[in-house]
Amino acid sequence: MSEFQPKIVVFACNWCSYAGIDLAGSSRLEYPPNLSVVRVMCSSRVSIEMILKALERGADGVLVTGCHPGDCHYITGNYNTLRRYHLLRKMLEDLGLNGRVRLEWISASEGERFAQVAKEFVEEIKKLGPLIIREEVV
Amino acid sequence: MEEVRIGIYICHCGKNIAGVINPKRIVEHLSRLPNVVVAKEYLYMCSSPGQSLIEEDIKEYNLNRIIVAACSPRMHEPTFQSALIRAGLNPYLLEMVNIREHATWVHERDPAETEQKVIGLIRAAVHRAINLYPLEVERLPVVKSVLVVGGGIAGIRASLDLAKAGYKVYLVEKNQSIGGKMAQLDKTFPTLDCSQCILTPMMVDVSNNPNIILQTYSVVEEINGRPGEFEVKVRQKARYVDWDACTGCGTCVEKCPARVPSEFDEGLGTRKAIYFDFPQAIPRRPVIDPDHCLYLIKGVCRVCEKFCPTGAIKFEDEDQFLTLKVGAIVVATGYQLYDMRKMYEYGYGKYRNVITGMQLERLSSANGPTSGRITTIEIERGKIKPGKEPETVAIILCAGSRDENHIKYCCRIGCMAGLKHAYYIAHALPNSKIIICYTDIRAFGKGFEEFYQRIRSLPNVFMVRGRPMEIFENKDGSLILDVFDSNTNRRLTINADLVVLETALVPPQGFEEFRKILKISCDPGGFGLELHPKLKPVETTVDGIYLAGFIQGPKDIPDTVAHAGAAAAAASAFLAKGYIESIPYLAHVDEDICSGCGVCVSVCPYDAITIEVTDGRRLAKVNSVKCKGCGACAAACPSGAMQQHYFTDKQILSEVSALAEGVVA
Ligand SMILES: Cc1cc2nc3c(=O)[nH]c(=O)nc-3n(C[C@H](O)[C@H](O)[C@H](O)COP(=O)(O)OP(=O)(O)OC[C@H]3O[C@@H](n4cnc5c(N)ncnc54)[C@H](O)[C@@H]3O)c2cc1C
Repeated sequence: MSEFQPKIVVFACNWCSYAGIDLAGSSRLEYPPNLSVVRVMCSSRVSIEMILKALERGADGVLVTGCHPGDCHYITGNYNTLRRYHLLRKMLEDLGLNGRVRLEWISASEGERFAQVAKEFVEEIKKLGPLIIREEVV
Repeated sequence: MEEVRIGIYICHCGKNIAGVINPKRIVEHLSRLPNVVVAKEYLYMCSSPGQSLIEEDIKEYNLNRIIVAACSPRMHEPTFQSALIRAGLNPYLLEMVNIREHATWVHERDPAETEQKVIGLIRAAVHRAINLYPLEVERLPVVKSVLVVGGGIAGIRASLDLAKAGYKVYLVEKNQSIGGKMAQLDKTFPTLDCSQCILTPMMVDVSNNPNIILQTYSVVEEINGRPGEFEVKVRQKARYVDWDACTGCGTCVEKCPARVPSEFDEGLGTRKAIYFDFPQAIPRRPVIDPDHCLYLIKGVCRVCEKFCPTGAIKFEDEDQFLTLKVGAIVVATGYQLYDMRKMYEYGYGKYRNVITGMQLERLSSANGPTSGRITTIEIERGKIKPGKEPETVAIILCAGSRDENHIKYCCRIGCMAGLKHAYYIAHALPNSKIIICYTDIRAFGKGFEEFYQRIRSLPNVFMVRGRPMEIFENKDGSLILDVFDSNTNRRLTINADLVVLETALVPPQGFEEFRKILKISCDPGGFGLELHPKLKPVETTVDGIYLAGFIQGPKDIPDTVAHAGAAAAAASAFLAKGYIESIPYLAHVDEDICSGCGVCVSVCPYDAITIEVTDGRRLAKVNSVKCKGCGACAAACPSGAMQQHYFTDKQILSEVSALAEGVVA
């Protein structure tokens, strides 16, 4: 049987992280094709519902990326993201979904860091194995 | 409701995309997706035939959604949006899929998987596109004035160009005078022009230009508003001199009894507590340094006041705040030297005869502390004074640069500055011996190689390929350097009377905070990040904010001037257009669902949402002028009443679900 290939949905803010992911591209930094990026203007646009929806519909992991604290294009947007992430982490623990969702700050010049995070996260999710959600969870 | 009719266009981007995946095969796959009327592939979608293909298809097939799978939307979204507009379609019915930066460029080793990923991305775009709807933008006015921050050669050049184009320019400089680092240089490589001679006339032009309002000894504290109408809060530091009353005669400076190490002379000379940065300062209006003025610290003296013929001294002066309204901002805040004390092995700050290249510029300058004599440094009763003529001088290139432990990048200046410094010494002291310790000589600019050849062939200049490991001081203040020369494979011990460090160059003090006020990004070295490394070298992620000169990354004067000219041209174009389009991605409320709970109010960074009572019901109201379109409110809304245009829950969720499902159909 071939190795388990996780599906990972990445949310990226337009100003920092999406640009950083683009930079990984123009610098031709290889990372596994398991991740697909959804563009939003700010990481604070990403609701808990969106993350859970991704997991429910078949994603094995979700990576939320945004500008570094203090660097948000919308002043304090990413602090909302951080607060929401802490809340979500507790929910995920209760649901037995530890480690499936990760938050990372990726700046527009951190292409290399994104490629690194991408590789690591894919490996982590591979270790966790495919996400099988019991009906009652969602 | 109108039937959704989608056209999909896959770009080969030459071999960038089609070299990894097979667009033809993908097209076949896509035709099976819902609402897809046509799917095509083409060599370069962004080219004129590529764009025409979309325009013609929109008319022929009556398409009302367009998906372009190509490069990043950050690159060509506006290109394809205008194709839609030309074909009579609302530009927000376009969806771009980034299959180059996010797929073929990063998963080249895995073509089969990449193709699956691309199909998945396009499939998700189809689901999202179905939920798109037309958006309208407003035209917002642009104020025809511009703020230039930093009065070095970059800020000077940008200000003059913008003033020439007819715009009102506010030039804000933190020091007393404009001029920047170039004013401190003696001569400039590679032609050895006298720096002051080419700079000071431009400084005078700035002060005489009626379109330029010079605001020195000031810093930017806050920026509000939007591109085209920024509101800038400037702090004018207390000058303790009424500049309107002052005539710039300089009597006060002459009479002031307090002596302070001069920043302009890099600590090698002194200035007074009431001072001009340097004799040729523009504006010619002095300031009092409150940390060293005897009256301000001890309450006695007032000599300047006594001698001032116009009564301009104003000890009760305070910081003042001004608000400027500008359409665009040019950031030209330059650089500073890396703090060489961090490289303890070279002993800078500890050994008096280890100096920086900038200190040598001051020693060599006719308006410097030694009136242009190059000497060793003596310290007498805690005071710096000139010593003897050095017999041997070592010049160390890459001091702190290209160094994992300090600054990784190349300073782009040190090689040429070091060669120039060898020339200063060889010219002034023909009997001296000059040893240049280099890593590589990077002589890439126009006339640089010729300059290098000229200097290295001087009889008293010696080239050693290696960085000294450590520097030791002798009792008499001379120095011993230990260096391995990889040209001759020999370990050398060099005795030198003076060591010149061509230091790493880094972003100016306070830039990290300033760029956060500007809300622009930085590169790994901390310099301002341009929007595109090749095509948008002066633009930033914020419309209407441009970078000029060294602040975008190391540059010599010719490159700085070219870059500043480009920044001025970009700012002019932005202002000349006269309007900008409002952000289409704003928040809006479905009043039928809103319960008026106010969670949105608490997460909005702009106070753009208020809760108002209408017909006895509490409802959220969005102020579309204040809203900047982050979407935080939409994510926080518990009922889904708050939405963001182009990023509605429905649009994002349909995309996310499709991606999570993967390629199923
Ligand atoms: C030792 C040495 C020798 C050199 N020799 C040469 C040479 O021979 N030929 C050559 O081509 N290049 C040379 N250079 C490089 C040259 O100095 C730069 O190319 C040039 O000065 C860059 O100009 P700039 O205007 O971008 O920056 P700067 O000259 O640094 O000017 C920036 C200005 O912005 C101001 N500022 C900073 N922060 C703020 C703020 N927050 N608010 C308001 N104002 C602010 C500063 O006070 C300064 O006036 C040399 C550099 C060094 C270190």
